[in-house]
Amino acid sequence: MAENPRKPKPPTDVFTPWEDPAAKPLIEFRNVTKRFGEFVAIDDLTIDIYEREFFALLGPSGCGKTTMMRMLAGFESPSAGEILLGGKSMVGIPPNERPVNMMFQSYALFPHLSVWDNIAFGLRRDKKSKSAIAARVDEMLRLTRLEQFARRKPHQISGGQRQRVALARSLAKAPKLLLLDEPLGALDRKLREETQFELMDIQEKTGTTFVIVTHDQEEAMTVASRIAVMEHGKVMQVDTPAKVYEMPNSVYVADFIGDVNLIEGVFSRPAPETCQITYDESEPPIHLDATPGIAEGARVTYAIRPEKIRVSADRPDDLANAAFGKIIDIGYLGDISTYHVELANGQMVKAAMTNSTRVSRREFTWDDEVWLSWRETAGVVLDH
Amino acid sequence: MRRVSWFNVTSLTFGLAFLYLPMVVLVVYSFNANKLVTVWAGFSTKWYGELFRNEAFLDAAWVTLRVAVVSSTLATVLGTAAAYVLVRGGRFFGRTLFSGMLYAPLVMPDVILGLSLLLLFIAIGLDRGMITIILAHTTFSMAYVAVVVTSRLVAFDHALEEAARDLGCNRWDAFRLVTLPIIAPAVVSGWLLSFTLSLDDLVIASFTSGPSSTTLPIKIFSAVRLGVSPEINALSAILIGIVTVGVITTSLMSKRAIAKRIRDENRAET
Ligand SMILES: Nc1ncnc2c1ncn2[C@@H]1O[C@H](COP(=O)(O)OP(=O)(O)OP(=O)(O)O)[C@@H](O)[C@H]1O
Ligand SMILES: [Mg+2]
Repeated sequence: MAENPRKPKPPTDVFTPWEDPAAKPLIEFRNVTKRFGEFVAIDDLTIDIYEREFFALLGPSGCGKTTMMRMLAGFESPSAGEILLGGKSMVGIPPNERPVNMMFQSYALFPHLSVWDNIAFGLRRDKKSKSAIAARVDEMLRLTRLEQFARRKPHQISGGQRQRVALARSLAKAPKLLLLDEPLGALDRKLREETQFELMDIQEKTGTTFVIVTHDQEEAMTVASRIAVMEHGKVMQVDTPAKVYEMPNSVYVADFIGDVNLIEGVFSRPAPETCQITYDESEPPIHLDATPGIAEGARVTYAIRPEKIRVSADRPDDLANAAFGKIIDIGYLGDISTYHVELANGQMVKAAMTNSTRVSRREFTWDDEVWLSWRETAGVVLDH
Repeated sequence: MRRVSWFNVTSLTFGLAFLYLPMVVLVVYSFNANKLVTVWAGFSTKWYGELFRNEAFLDAAWVTLRVAVVSSTLATVLGTAAAYVLVRGGRFFGRTLFSGMLYAPLVMPDVILGLSLLLLFIAIGLDRGMITIILAHTTFSMAYVAVVVTSRLVAFDHALEEAARDLGCNRWDAFRLVTLPIIAPAVVSGWLLSFTLSLDDLVIASFTSGPSSTTLPIKIFSAVRLGVSPEINALSAILIGIVTVGVITTSLMSKRAIAKRIRDENRAET
């Protein structure tokens, strides 16, 4: 995963309320299940989300992300279980009485109102004074850079501008909790990155808690304090971006986030402090550092990210693991190249190297025989 | 240059003639100076003058207008409410029955509708007069309003209402501030439709009107049975004029709205 150069220091160093047993969560999902007829959209979900978090929901289409949001906003009620907001049960509380605003996946802008009136809509419901409303709307317009479109109707502006109006409208009321359902999907890459930083900025300034749905992993990695990876209405893992990436707890999560090599083998402990995985009789085993909690002889999957594997012409002697193979394919991605290497036993392994030299002087080419090497700590062992 | 096809020209001529010749004849004869309707005796507007001195016709016109305004307004409110419940209410007990019953007046013969209303009014002891005509007209035009508004509501994005709720509206405010303005064109055309239906209804009105209140169509019909008078021609010509102006205005308005929308969208792309 390409690192964003503007990425600020991850908030995880300082901001970890989920590790503090005394912290009170803002949102609590307690064994929430949502059924649509026979279909189970959310399956016995329990999650705590804390104040000031930037919480990202990641998962394939149809896994229940929007459904979770809609239950928080009050448009759907759980079939079983309970949702608490600021310690208060939300059962039976209508959407207009929740301190929550949502940005809809479809934007849902009011077509009969101008951009200005769309943004002012929520403020007017609060019976704020005219001047207070005007000041707030203008502030939102400035923030989303929509000043010159204030008088236009939604059908008179472009898709990306519409998305920003939707964002401005949901931000205007400065809610305690803001739900963003794929807020940046329609923006081009540059504007999307800018808006991501704006969102983080807004979050820092206002202290609003954000729950954001995204299909874009890089976006989740950039903005989120924690990521929940979902599948079929279940949360597979909730962790900081770094942990989800470096220490996935399941094959599903490892495979879903970023690029990964998955190697199946048998786990063994030849000596008390040394662990290894044998994936092929003819290949040397993969050496690991101490890996507690896995039984001798268990079938496991070894997950290792391509960028953790080094490609070299000669066998390196400084790394614990080495394997010999032939380059089958090279994927050139600009900043990095991915080498698809076939080991002697037919196992394919991907290795990524940064392109510090120009392509013409690249060291390896198709059909070259190379050594792959990596540390004991480079991968994770995933129990079946 | 497109070749003129004789077949097209002929069929267009016959079609238009079929539709409009009777009306043209009527309008022309309304300016006939002769008392005998079918014998031309020069141009005159005297029948229009006569008409405006005829108390009975003016009374009937006034009744018709009031009935049409009140009943189409009632029908619009009720029909919109019914359409809203049918489209938005989800599943509720008796939904299918309700929707079927709502549309029944559309297919029911007017005679049967009129007769059943008459029986009902007699049964509950309601004296026949303007009130009963209004009730009867509301009953059947409400079904038309419901059909028109339903088709608009089906295309309406439900998320808009949810967005309104999310931003602090209760159900009524969400309807009033978001749904209603968006479906307004359908509501207005529903009203116009009811208004026209009420204006030209003869059958149901003749069942439900009383001696104290006669609508214009009833008046014309009974007058014609005694013989066509030039006054009736004049009256009909006025009605044709009103309807023509109405139709042209609405179609011009909607054409301009569409043109404006297309212009706006083009501007948004640039
Ligand atoms: N009102 C509904 N009735 C029946 N099924 C529904 C309803 N709403 C959602 N579902 C189903 O629940 C599942 C989860 O839907 P949801 O909209 O939460 O997905 P999602 O994770 O947001 O997907 P996407 O990324 O495509 O937006 C889907 O399989 C969907 O078909
Ligand atoms: Mg969704």
